[in-house]
Amino acid sequence: MRFGWLLACLMLAACAQTPLRGTGDLGLVIERANGRVAVVDTTAKSVLGRIEGLGDLSHASVVYGRDGRHAYVFGRDGGLTKVDILAQRIVNRIMQAGNSIGGSISQDGRLVVAQNYTPGGIKVFDAVTLELLSEVPAQSKVVGLADLPGQKFAYALFDKGEIWVTDLSDPRQPRTEKYPAGLQPYDGLVTPDGRYYMAGLFGEDGIALLDTWRPELGVKKILQHYGKGQEKLPVFKMPHLRGWAVAGNQAYLPAIGRHEVLVVDKGNWQEAGRIAVKSQPVFVMARPDGRQVWVNFAHPDNSWVQVIDTLTGKVIKTLQPGKAILHMEFSPRGEHVWLSARDDHSVHIYDTRTFERVATLPAQSPSGIFFTSRAARMGF
Amino acid sequence: MHTRYLPLVLCALASSASASEGVPFAAETIRLVRQDCGSCHGMSLQGGLGTPLTREALAGQSAEALAVIILHGKHGTAMPPWKSLLSAPQAQWIAERLLEGFPEEKQP
Repeated sequence: MRFGWLLACLMLAACAQTPLRGTGDLGLVIERANGRVAVVDTTAKSVLGRIEGLGDLSHASVVYGRDGRHAYVFGRDGGLTKVDILAQRIVNRIMQAGNSIGGSISQDGRLVVAQNYTPGGIKVFDAVTLELLSEVPAQSKVVGLADLPGQKFAYALFDKGEIWVTDLSDPRQPRTEKYPAGLQPYDGLVTPDGRYYMAGLFGEDGIALLDTWRPELGVKKILQHYGKGQEKLPVFKMPHLRGWAVAGNQAYLPAIGRHEVLVVDKGNWQEAGRIAVKSQPVFVMARPDGRQVWVNFAHPDNSWVQVIDTLTGKVIKTLQPGKAILHMEFSPRGEHVWLSARDDHSVHIYDTRTFERVATLPAQSPSGIFFTSRAARMGF
Repeated sequence: MHTRYLPLVLCALASSASASEGVPFAAETIRLVRQDCGSCHGMSLQGGLGTPLTREALAGQSAEALAVIILHGKHGTAMPPWKSLLSAPQAQWIAERLLEGFPEEKQP
């Protein structure tokens, strides 16, 4: 009995030494070659710890539960790992496919959906238990999975050239609508309001656009013939549309095989301009306030980053932050941007107003950076 | 040929029998294949948007044919021509290494 009290006192004391904290300024950095993630603090600009044992994390991505505490990490090897970023530990881990590319979480946070290459299709999991609830086989590699309002998910089929929208209101009975999209969609995004789904096309010039409020109108092609028959440059890395860049009334999109960012008017979806940039864009991402758009580039120009001022449509800054800049993530309100420099084994943090480097953190072959502010954003 | 790759290629050629052992410049090419080819083919080369490049997946193919694909790309697919970045001997070296199972990158 006395021993029990002693133990209880000790445990209380141990708890008291770990102050309570929120997760709003936390995030994860993928350390792709080591199968682990670093837990980072965007206020202290520091690494709090690491979570190991997540498998092959080349091309890994993360979505957050709405508690901003649990993160779901999708690995290339088909691993789906649920981690608790406060406790810095793995809560659950399953191998859900042979070859996976990412995933998404439902509007209500109860469903986690993985998009897979092998076997191609999507799989639906219970966000609490990771129990498999249903799947939609596609006989195609699935790209660009994005959550929509109403427990729906949109995605594109690389091999079939289609956009599918699956309704998971009943997660065990998926209902799927299919729309022809165009040749080889390579990624997709949903606009911040959850209304428009866009799939970038690799096999032809243009973007496939679906108005999910009026799906009966089908897919509309926009930015067709932006290459005007010119031979495109070799594409050494597929662009990503994940980090959408919608700033004000315009959307900014990477041109495939061209050294350009395409600007589209969101009112009529017509081309509103093109911005010449250093090389082929990979990520084209708007700072949260929309005033700046940051662009990184494909190999062999991936040491560069450029910043576009959306008011003037001009490149206002060219930076060379480090070797192999793979990803960029803005702090929740955008005063800083974190850049992963894979071949420098560093994450560089820049002030987005002064363009000064404010900190550098060590990380092994860092790739994706994912902050908890994504938890409350559609399409993330 | 790009002169900057010349030492690499010479080392690569000299080492083609013994893979990457003791060849400092080969490390750069191995990293390029694992990391940059890996963005489509997967870092473990098990495939992704691109086809798998494991020894099993490539069984029966010739190194010469693979080198042609590396240099000139594959029409109708997302495979780009790498000839602006890789020399012919370098592509041949990569092709031969792929057929025997591509070496792992050394962790720093």
